[in-house]
Amino acid sequence: MTDQVRASLAFFGVGEPVLHQVLAAAMERGAEFADLYFQHVQSTSIGLEDGLVNQANTGVDLGVGIRAVTGDQVGYAFSESLELAAMLEAARMAATIAQGGTALAPQALQARAIPQHYGGGRAWESVAVADRLPLVQQVEAKARDLDPAVEKVKVFWSDRDERVLIATSEGILSADRRPMLQLSCSITAHKDGVRQSHGANIARREGIAWLTDERLYRLCRQAVERTMILFEAQRPPAGEMPVVLAAGASGILLHEAIGHGLEADFNRKGTSIYSTLLDQKVAPDFVTVVDDGTQANDRGALNVDDEGQPTERTVLIEDGVLRSYLHDRISAQHYGLDSTGSGRRESFRHVPMPRMRSTYMLDGPHSYDEIIASVDKGIVAETFTNGQVQIGAGDFTFYIKNGWLVEGGRITAPIKDVNIIGNGPEALRNVTMAAADGRLDDGGWVCGKNGQGVPVSMGIPSVLVKSMTVGGVNG
Amino acid sequence: MADLLMQQANQALDLAQAAGADQVVAGVGQGQSTDFTFRDGQLEQVQQSASRGLQLILYVDGRYSTHNTTDLRPEALARFVADAVALTRHLQPDPFRQITDPALYEGRAQVELELVDEAVHRIGRDTCLDWLKAMDQAARNDPRVVSASSQVSFGWQAGARVSSNGFSGQREGTQVGYGSGVTLDEGNGRRPEGHRYVHARYLADLPAAEGAAVQALERAQARIGSQKGPSARTNMVVSREAGGQLLGRLQEALSAAAIQQNRSCLADKKDQAIAPAILSVTDNPHLRRGLSSRLYDGEGIAARPQAVIEGGVLRLFYTDTYYGRKLGWQPTGGSASNLAFDLGDKGRDELLAQAGEGYYVNSWLGGNADMTSGDFSFGVQGHRIEDGQLGEPVGEMNITGNYLDLLQNLAAVGNDPNPYSSLATPTLVFEGVEFSGQ
Repeated sequence: MTDQVRASLAFFGVGEPVLHQVLAAAMERGAEFADLYFQHVQSTSIGLEDGLVNQANTGVDLGVGIRAVTGDQVGYAFSESLELAAMLEAARMAATIAQGGTALAPQALQARAIPQHYGGGRAWESVAVADRLPLVQQVEAKARDLDPAVEKVKVFWSDRDERVLIATSEGILSADRRPMLQLSCSITAHKDGVRQSHGANIARREGIAWLTDERLYRLCRQAVERTMILFEAQRPPAGEMPVVLAAGASGILLHEAIGHGLEADFNRKGTSIYSTLLDQKVAPDFVTVVDDGTQANDRGALNVDDEGQPTERTVLIEDGVLRSYLHDRISAQHYGLDSTGSGRRESFRHVPMPRMRSTYMLDGPHSYDEIIASVDKGIVAETFTNGQVQIGAGDFTFYIKNGWLVEGGRITAPIKDVNIIGNGPEALRNVTMAAADGRLDDGGWVCGKNGQGVPVSMGIPSVLVKSMTVGGVNG
Repeated sequence: MADLLMQQANQALDLAQAAGADQVVAGVGQGQSTDFTFRDGQLEQVQQSASRGLQLILYVDGRYSTHNTTDLRPEALARFVADAVALTRHLQPDPFRQITDPALYEGRAQVELELVDEAVHRIGRDTCLDWLKAMDQAARNDPRVVSASSQVSFGWQAGARVSSNGFSGQREGTQVGYGSGVTLDEGNGRRPEGHRYVHARYLADLPAAEGAAVQALERAQARIGSQKGPSARTNMVVSREAGGQLLGRLQEALSAAAIQQNRSCLADKKDQAIAPAILSVTDNPHLRRGLSSRLYDGEGIAARPQAVIEGGVLRLFYTDTYYGRKLGWQPTGGSASNLAFDLGDKGRDELLAQAGEGYYVNSWLGGNADMTSGDFSFGVQGHRIEDGQLGEPVGEMNITGNYLDLLQNLAAVGNDPNPYSSLATPTLVFEGVEFSGQ
């Protein structure tokens, strides 16, 4: 048994015989598979408003989710009490998905060592609130210094120390400890009787040591610059036009236009527009898109997924050809493949399903300057505050908070507050250029699906999409 | 059970005071829900949830914090509360942060809200399976259906809340809902979807389950052949189900918190006409069986009906104790409850006829709004309006504008409020909306 698993069993106060007994109860009516997901989250947030660090929240969430699976059918229940009787009651409820048949016995549990992509530093649990306070105050002071038009600064800090322990009837026994840090700076500025607000945030699986002066300063500068440019920004003209996606956060395009449609549950049910496109050419040769759980300390990184599978770097599109869906255990079984380590859930109250981790595109052959020079009349998209997709029709949107107008191959003016709408497969075909300046975005993205939110990240090099529909004003 | 929750809330309050908190609000909540999902002829998922949790609000030496836990084991709870009080002492004191004036707890209405339906407690597995089978069959009644899923969800929630300055309240409510989602194969790779879910406090207030599934299928069928319409500045008729999401964003700008933080485009509009006289909206927390009905708000302030917009004139900002003190305003209650519109005399079809041309929007896809400036841009789906009637389906389009202009361009309010939402929008007609498409 690994030290991590041993420590986790002790933390949750359960031994292997108990895990075995609860798994057996979940399978007593003939389910072919069962798993247990123990979770403990300790979270701390503090807020600064009107110059004072004057609010804080602490939270503890503890429980176990119990799942029984037969084919594609799932029974699920959870318990917030880790008393054996309560866990057995939940297990028996989950078991009712199976309608009789021979009860299989769970296999002997085998603890496995897993790769560690985060968690090297001091655990959040052991960091005093007094250590967090000065960092929050620094953010406010720096932001105020950057521009006299800054009127209100709101700083919000949150961190999580999360422990999970996963046991399955196929013998998996894995433990993980997942840190998360999130810090946001929101600005309202006032100039010539007009007010504008915006902000910036960073989120990673890091400890407190990661927040260097330089990183705090970069956060403040982004927040202030993105707000101040709004005073000069206009709405672009409405209609179809070329859209340049700036490197980094524009990875939201991949997330909405491709990523969700490649989650295997939608494909196994035939409800995704990508259900029939596997191994087909869907984008130009220079487009390679991956979904990766192994980027060190990244917001979307996971050592194991929420079904106890080690995560991996999954190539979704390779040289323009659609190569893989994102699988959890159920979809992997359905397709006769291995799980891609993509089974994730919001908490022990939720069933796992295939989800993205960190979705990004590899560098292309062009340069940013070449891309801009090629656009006669279009826009650059730079910061985003929302995105959504319809899996079946393939229509996706993202909301541009900051961007630029491009006229005659040159950037001419700032734009703001427009929604972009496109169709996934069409947008992929229309990616005509990609630069070699790819990077991951550090923003605190939360991906929603079937009412469950999970942390993800995204990245992309600068990319040109030949045509999308841009919200705006009719001339 | 209500007594047990009250007892737990009082115990937590005592713990916090013993640990040194000056003032404390303690709430204990408990709930249960059961969900069945049926897909393509078989039961796909059964899920049972039973939750309970404690919330604490602490005032310690002029400092303020909030805390939540689901770990209610006595030793864990005692440590949690002691840590919470200790943490609060590290924050900075804020002179505006004071517990709610107990005078505002007074005058709780003596009305029966009818939030608990015994029939919901009696829903059993067999009943659910009967509904699901009927919905599944109705939802798949088209050879182009790729997949249809139907869902039933029901449960109850209860809570008790006490404060160290005399507040005490309990509440309980049931909810039940069902509906379907349908995906069709259009034949060219595109797979349009239609959804219809309804929910209510009382089972008897829901339409037949099968009817919801029929509507989901009809909505998917109506999306077949959807195309981008031309970009235009034209009329927008918004369906009663889509209106809530459009107007719901205004609630942010009506909060005292947004106003005090200079993040509201409505900050200087109190008692001014923000819309034509046809728009009147009332906040009614006492609506019988209402999804957001209540006798007291989130901080215990006795809830009462209030005009939000009266003949187009803005009358109300949602003001809690904290931001009220910062602004020098009397608290009015910190958030919206059930919102009801004064109704016009025309239904959807008459309003389409009146609009003549433009776009009918019945669902949104993404988009966002900046409530500091009022600027918005949303993805839309619906139909063209041609000769006063619904025409071809449209999608992959955006609308873009500013809420202050949009409200002034309201041209008609329908007679058909959405019964399954606490924001009961009827069909709405706006003029001069910027659509972008082809």
